[in-house]
Amino acid sequence: MDCYLFIDFGSTYTKVTLVDIAKEEIVATAKSYTTVETDVTTGYNEASRKLFSKVGQEVNIVKKLACSSAAGGLKIVAIGLVPELTAEAAKRAAIGAGARVIKTYSHNLNSSELVEIKISNADMILLAGGTDGGNSDCIIHNAEMIAKHEIDIPVVVAGNKSCNDEITNIFGDTVEFYITENVMPSLNNINVVPARETIRNIFMKQIVHARGMENVEESISGILMPTPASVLKAAETLSLGTKDEEGIGDLAIVDIGGATTDIHSIGEGAPSKPGVFLRGLEEPVAKRTVEGDLGMRYSSTSVYEAAGNRMMKKYLNIDDYDLEEEFRKRNDNTSFLPENEKDIFFDEAMAKVCADISMKRHAGIVESVYSPLGTIHSQTGKDLMELPYIIGTGGVLVNSKEPANILEAVTFTIDDPESLKPRNPKFMIDKEYILSAMGLLAMVDKNMAVRMLKKYIVMCGGNTNGFEK
Amino acid sequence: MDKKTVVLGVIGSDCHAVGNKILDHSLTAAGFNVVNIGVLSPQEDFINAAIETNADAILVSSLYGHGEIDCRGMRDNCEEAGLKDILLYVGGNIVVGKQDWNEVHARFKDMGFDRVYPPGTSVETSIHDLREDLGN
Repeated sequence: MDCYLFIDFGSTYTKVTLVDIAKEEIVATAKSYTTVETDVTTGYNEASRKLFSKVGQEVNIVKKLACSSAAGGLKIVAIGLVPELTAEAAKRAAIGAGARVIKTYSHNLNSSELVEIKISNADMILLAGGTDGGNSDCIIHNAEMIAKHEIDIPVVVAGNKSCNDEITNIFGDTVEFYITENVMPSLNNINVVPARETIRNIFMKQIVHARGMENVEESISGILMPTPASVLKAAETLSLGTKDEEGIGDLAIVDIGGATTDIHSIGEGAPSKPGVFLRGLEEPVAKRTVEGDLGMRYSSTSVYEAAGNRMMKKYLNIDDYDLEEEFRKRNDNTSFLPENEKDIFFDEAMAKVCADISMKRHAGIVESVYSPLGTIHSQTGKDLMELPYIIGTGGVLVNSKEPANILEAVTFTIDDPESLKPRNPKFMIDKEYILSAMGLLAMVDKNMAVRMLKKYIVMCGGNTNGFEK
Repeated sequence: MDKKTVVLGVIGSDCHAVGNKILDHSLTAAGFNVVNIGVLSPQEDFINAAIETNADAILVSSLYGHGEIDCRGMRDNCEEAGLKDILLYVGGNIVVGKQDWNEVHARFKDMGFDRVYPPGTSVETSIHDLREDLGN
C-alpha cells in the first residue's frame, strides 16, 4: 500500500505516524526517545523499527515529511519600534511561525542590548520598525548596530519598505539577511503571513545544520516546519477547509505540553455583542500564544507560582496534598508518569490550571468606560465568547479518561467577568495525537488533511445545545 | 511632493464617530495621508501612532467637554517620546459649558497646542492652516 510517513522530532519523543493514502487512515504510530545529543537518526530509526513491526505488510512510502521542536525549538529575537505596535507585531509573527521568542526589543538599540542578542543563542532575528513610508530612523539605526556588532545570526527584515534598499547596503556581505513584507504595513494592521513564511524557509535550511541533525536530510524528504507551526497549520486547515472540503469554522486548540501550554485560535474574534468598540493592534485570524511558565513537567514549579493556593483550591482539595512537594516532584523527574489515582488527579488539576490561565492570557478582554454618554465598552484582543469548538491535545489530555473535564477550565466564569473566554463550546480531543502530522499533510494534500482531521478529531463533551451539560 | 502624514483621532472616553469620519474623508481628499486611530483613544495611542508613521501633525478631536483633562501634558508626553516639534492641533467642544473663547484658546496654547479651534470650525480652515504650517 502507498503511504505517507510523518515524523515529529519533539523535545522528548520522536513520533512517527504512517498514513494509508488510499484509505485515508492512520496505519500505525510509534515513538522513541529523541537522540539530539548524538544523532537524531538513532531515535528516528528506533521509532521506525517499532512502527514497521506493528504494520506487518509491504509498505511503499511515497513521502517522508518531518517537523521539529528538538534542541529547544526555533528561538527568535524580535525587534520593533513602539512596544505596543511594531515590536508586538514582530513578536506575534514569530510566535505564529512556531518560534519561541527569547526577548522582544524596541526603539533604538544600545550596545549592551546587542551584546545580549549576540550571546542569546537565538536562531534568527526578526527586525521590524515603522509602517510603510513611516519611521525609518529606528530600523536603520538597529540594522547598523547589528552590522557593527557583527552578529552572526540570520536577520529577517520585515519593517518599513522604504528602508529596504538602505538596509541591503548596510548588511552587504557581513550579515545574512532576508527581506520580506512589513509586519505592520499601516497603523494597527498586521501582516504576519509573509514574515512567517520567510522564517519557515530559513528554518528548513538551517535546522539540517543543527547539532545531531546532519544525517536527517538524506533519509527524509525535508523538515518542513517547527512543530508548533505545524499544529497551527492543522488548526487553520480544519477550521477554514479548502475549496473542495468544508471546514468546521472557528475553533481553538489547547495544547498542554511538558514545558509549555500553547493556545491556537482560528477566528476573527470580532465583538459578539453590539456597541463594543475595538481597541489596539489587529489580531491575526490564526493566532498562537505560548505560555512558557505553564507546563506539566519542565515548568511545573512555575505553574504553582502562577496559580497560587487560591487557584489550586478551585480544582483540588489542597489539604490532601503537599502542594510544593507535588510540583517539585514533577519538575525534578520530568519523565514522571502518574500511576495511582491520587497522582492522576493531581496531574489533571494541574492541567486545568494551565488551561485556565493560558486561555485567560490568550482571549481578549472587554472593559467598561464611563463617559458622559453613559457606559461604553471597549474590547482589546479576540472575543471568543461564542467560539463553537475547543480541541484538546498534549499528553495529559490525550491520556485522560475525561478530557472534557479538563477543557471545561478554559470556559468563561463569572469570577472573571472581563475576560472574553469561550462561553459554551463543544469539546473535541486529538485522540490519536495527529495534529502535527496533519499540519504536514496539509502541505502536500490539503483536502485529504481536512477529511482526516474531521475523522480523527472526535467530540468528547461540552455544549449540548442548551440542554443540561 | 511627498504626502504629509497626520494622525487623527477622538481623545479620551469620547465615542463621537461622525465628525471623525468627516475629517478623515476631507483630509484624505485634500491630499493628506491620514492615520485615523478612531474614537476612545488615549494620548499614548496618538503618540505611538505618530512615532511609527513618522507623522507631521497630530489632530485631536474632543466633543464631550472633557478635552481639557484628556489633553493635559500631551506636549510634554510628545517631547518625552522623541516627537520633537510635532504639530499639535485640537478642536471640537473642548471645554465644559460656555466659556470665554479667548481664555480657552490661551489655555490650550499654554498646553502646547499649535492650533486651537472653537466649536463650528469648518474643516477647510484646518486644512488651510495645515498647509500653511507644513509649508505646502
